[in-house]
Amino acid sequence: MSKPPKQIHLAAHFPGVNNTTVWSDPKAGSHIEFSSFVHFAQTAERAKFDFLFLAEGLRLREQGGEIYDLDVVGRPDTFTVLTALAAVTERLGLTGTINSTFNEPYEVARQFASLDHLSGGRSAWNVVTSWDAFTGENFRRGGFLPQEERYSRAQEFLATANELFDSWHGDEILADRDTGVFLRDAKAGSFVHSGQHFDIHGQFNVPRSPQGRPVVFQAGDSDKGREFAAASADAIFSRHAALEAGRAFYTDVKKRLAKYGRRPDQLLILPAASFALADTDEEAGELAREVRRQQVSGATALKHLEFVWNRDLSSYDPEGPLPDIDPDVGADHISQGRAQVRMYRDPLATAREWRELAAANNWSIRDLVINTGNRQTFVGSPATIAKAINDYVQADASDGFILVPHTTPTGLDDFADKVVPLLQEQGVFRTEYEGTTLRDHLGLAHPDSADDRAVS
Amino acid sequence: MSATPSSTPSSSPSSPLHLAVALDGTGWHPASWREQVARPRDLFTAGYWADLVAEAERGLLDFVTFEDGLGPQSAQYGEPDSRTDQVRGRLDAVLTASRVAPLTRHIGLVPTVIATYTEPFHISKAIATLDYVSAGRAGLRVQISASPNEADHFGRRTFPPISLPELQTPAVQERLTPLFDEAADYVEVVRRLWDSWEDDAEIRDVATGRFIDRGKLHHIAFEGAQFSVKGPSITPRPPQGQPLVTALAHQTVPYRLVARQADIGYTTPHDADQARAIVAEIRAEQEAAGRAGRPLHVFGDLVVFLDDEQTAAEDRRARLDALAGEPYTSDARIFTGTPTRLADLLQEWAAEGLSGFRLRPAVVGHDLPGITRGLVPELQRRGVFRTAYEADTLRGLLGLARPANRYAATA
Repeated sequence: MSKPPKQIHLAAHFPGVNNTTVWSDPKAGSHIEFSSFVHFAQTAERAKFDFLFLAEGLRLREQGGEIYDLDVVGRPDTFTVLTALAAVTERLGLTGTINSTFNEPYEVARQFASLDHLSGGRSAWNVVTSWDAFTGENFRRGGFLPQEERYSRAQEFLATANELFDSWHGDEILADRDTGVFLRDAKAGSFVHSGQHFDIHGQFNVPRSPQGRPVVFQAGDSDKGREFAAASADAIFSRHAALEAGRAFYTDVKKRLAKYGRRPDQLLILPAASFALADTDEEAGELAREVRRQQVSGATALKHLEFVWNRDLSSYDPEGPLPDIDPDVGADHISQGRAQVRMYRDPLATAREWRELAAANNWSIRDLVINTGNRQTFVGSPATIAKAINDYVQADASDGFILVPHTTPTGLDDFADKVVPLLQEQGVFRTEYEGTTLRDHLGLAHPDSADDRAVS
Repeated sequence: MSATPSSTPSSSPSSPLHLAVALDGTGWHPASWREQVARPRDLFTAGYWADLVAEAERGLLDFVTFEDGLGPQSAQYGEPDSRTDQVRGRLDAVLTASRVAPLTRHIGLVPTVIATYTEPFHISKAIATLDYVSAGRAGLRVQISASPNEADHFGRRTFPPISLPELQTPAVQERLTPLFDEAADYVEVVRRLWDSWEDDAEIRDVATGRFIDRGKLHHIAFEGAQFSVKGPSITPRPPQGQPLVTALAHQTVPYRLVARQADIGYTTPHDADQARAIVAEIRAEQEAAGRAGRPLHVFGDLVVFLDDEQTAAEDRRARLDALAGEPYTSDARIFTGTPTRLADLLQEWAAEGLSGFRLRPAVVGHDLPGITRGLVPELQRRGVFRTAYEADTLRGLLGLARPANRYAATA
């Protein structure tokens, strides 16, 4: 009667440098030793996940003028660790977040093309932008990118990188010993790009890689971000939303594709999702509460309140009531290097709302932060979580999830062992990789295929 | 106080030699890809590089270097050519090194990085990460780029063309000086960033909720002519503390870079007298830079054609030159002969103060095994090369202690 169920796409986000990651647990391992990355990637591959995902931040966060010390701090270089992981995995996609503000297209295109060659076609690029002079202090270009130019630079950066990837077609290397012809065409790799942000020309020196171009992700759900994704991304890494809001986002973004001559299945929507998994729903509920308390220590709760109040609140008791004073709405923000603080557009209103919430529920500062912050997306037994994931995807609220476990490096183990088999039994998740490249896993055509060319 | 070792690497004729191999495509001879042992169609695969480094590790070599460039290779100095009869195209060297790191256990991995266009912040964390994924076997070889065509790939700077004959002229050397100064600044930033986390900065103190002791993370606050970098790094201090910094140098200006910032300088003497003179000049520059007595290896670079018979090596070289249509020339001395004669030459030059050699195999599929299975056993017989890996890190293999952190408070 009906069409076959949608196949779910699953990815594993290496636990990041924010308070989702619980480092205080005795099970928590190193965030920097390669063995942690190997364990995490091999678990994802054992579970037949589509890809591993790495975030990136190019300046350590500061709050009140000091390096923020309450969350995990420190991570490896994205390209370097992903390429090393290519040696210890065979099929898993390798997605790296790489900034378009503090890099140059020629170098980044070389790095992605190299990663794609060295992984046999498993590379993906989550294109992000920065605007802040704070991060710029670590780089040659330094300074400030006007916020309205963020997406125009990102878009031109990606377009330029694509021109470099496409400057080789894949048939140039003959390497014919007898005739002595190595290269069919002396001009292989030639490119000219002249634009607002990049004015470059010459010859690209990495031949066409297995996927042609890396798979492209866009993160962020602003209107400009959605349009950027509809025009040029293969997948969106979005914030998770409740079912109806998720469906609205999904419909909105997929609708935008037509104007770029693209089909709905050429852009995947993959929200981030955390989880608390236990044998029974009741135990999972307990675990979820315990993890939330680990994620929000008293010190973390105060620092979180400072994002809104924009003041030093270190003299307050996290187990006591919220501050009576109002937030400082001055221009300089107490926190730097964090995207999160921009969420609170009207701090006075947020503060008022939180005071009312705390009063109504008799919450301390810490209770308030625990209860208003992000609860785990999925809480329950393996069957409950498998059903919730499948329902969400089949309802067209997403095409799958990028899972963010809260412990390194074992946070994915139970999910792989207990939830994935249930999804496989229901016929909505692969039991074996069908192809070798990340494009194969995601059902995306090779950029050179007739299917893709017809619409580009 | 600093834990810097006081001894300069020793170099008497009988002291152990250090050996590295410089990997580039199918080998350093432009016709090398046409040999039956060559694998030109595999150049852009991980398996190819894994096999080469495994062979080098089988020979107990100290490390391999990976050539790189931000533009196509060319037979013309400083500008692209339109040749189709030579290997063109390269994978990123840092990533190639990283891809082979988990597959090897002892050998050092030293990729080329181009200081002129890349970000010291990115490279510092990339090499730190290579050090993590290799458990302490990372280094870098720093290079400048002054070619106009590579500048056009970035569109931020322009350089006038330089021809090979004018390279030695004082005018051109003067023009290149700022690029070498920039490279010295670049290495300074990379090194400070490696030290920007103290070793025990991660404390995971559950009682206070603090993951790090932020007093042990340091802004590096570097301000130079071409860039300023605030820091700290986003990557903790790598296993070796300071991975190896190396550079190839042909004359005074780059010798100065080596003397100021490197752990190893690769040089290109053509005979023993030149080797002695180069070592003396670098030691003098080291003294002038206030680094006298600090460990600094001076290596000799040689291109090698190795065969069991002298005539076989000569014939092979002639055949390759005929295929290329011209005799092969190099900045380095080209050695053509037997492992025994090469061992003689290396010992003779070592007596002039070189502590090791970076060998450039003419045909990697032939001359790399020539090194690992011919030269190495010969040097072992003479008691001047290791018979087993004696250390777990690249610094360890080179006799360099793990340095103290420049930012650590002295107790």
